[in-house]
Amino acid sequence: MSKKTIIVFSGEYDRLMAAFIIANGAAAMDDEVTMFFTFWGLSALRKDGKPAAVGKKTSTLQKMFGGMLPKNAEKLPLSKFNFAGAGRGMMKKVMKDENVMTVAELIETAQEQGIKMIACTMSMDVLGIAKEELIDGIEYAGVATYLGEADESNVNLFI
Amino acid sequence: MSASVEELKALESPVVVDARGVSCPGPILAAKKQIGGVPVGNVMQVLATDSGTLKDIPAWCKKMGHEYLGSFEEAGSINLFLRKAK
Repeated sequence: MSKKTIIVFSGEYDRLMAAFIIANGAAAMDDEVTMFFTFWGLSALRKDGKPAAVGKKTSTLQKMFGGMLPKNAEKLPLSKFNFAGAGRGMMKKVMKDENVMTVAELIETAQEQGIKMIACTMSMDVLGIAKEELIDGIEYAGVATYLGEADESNVNLFI
Repeated sequence: MSASVEELKALESPVVVDARGVSCPGPILAAKKQIGGVPVGNVMQVLATDSGTLKDIPAWCKKMGHEYLGSFEEAGSINLFLRKAK
């Protein structure tokens, strides 16, 4: 068994698809997989619905960031041809017709397969994202944790 | 290394994984899910329609240590065979 690490920096739907397809594929090949979510990548881990009352005080700027970020994985824009969401809608239609898994389904499968997902706490602070807003079953850490995992990995991707 | 179509058809596959209609990474996720129920030494058959599985299932077998036996296409489906090695 070998190990793969993926840094998910981007917050676009297509890039997230690539990251989760690789992660799930590796897990299906018995690899240990760690995904480290930082900056825009954190949007993919947001829960649907209104964020629960945030315990920590956030500044107006942090609230603005939080309000502008996509509300969950399925609301992420495409990196190309997004057209204010119309492009994403069209791509999702094709994906459905072709039986391609959505990002939400890929995240669910990743959790079923025991893929470790780590949210970068520093980016959470910068973007005004509280733990309560993110999906359950993930871990919270910083760069040293990622580097420690990457040291043991034979494939490391930055997406 | 590939067996002939006749040889593949003659194999007894106690576990058939139906991954028809699903796209990458669906077929290998399905294979991974079902392989646990296959006794060591037995054959597993994977049915797929995504042409990528012709390369992906052999690659998956190599990584997992199972013996890939070969494939044939029939009635719009790809039939892939492997023997569980461990």
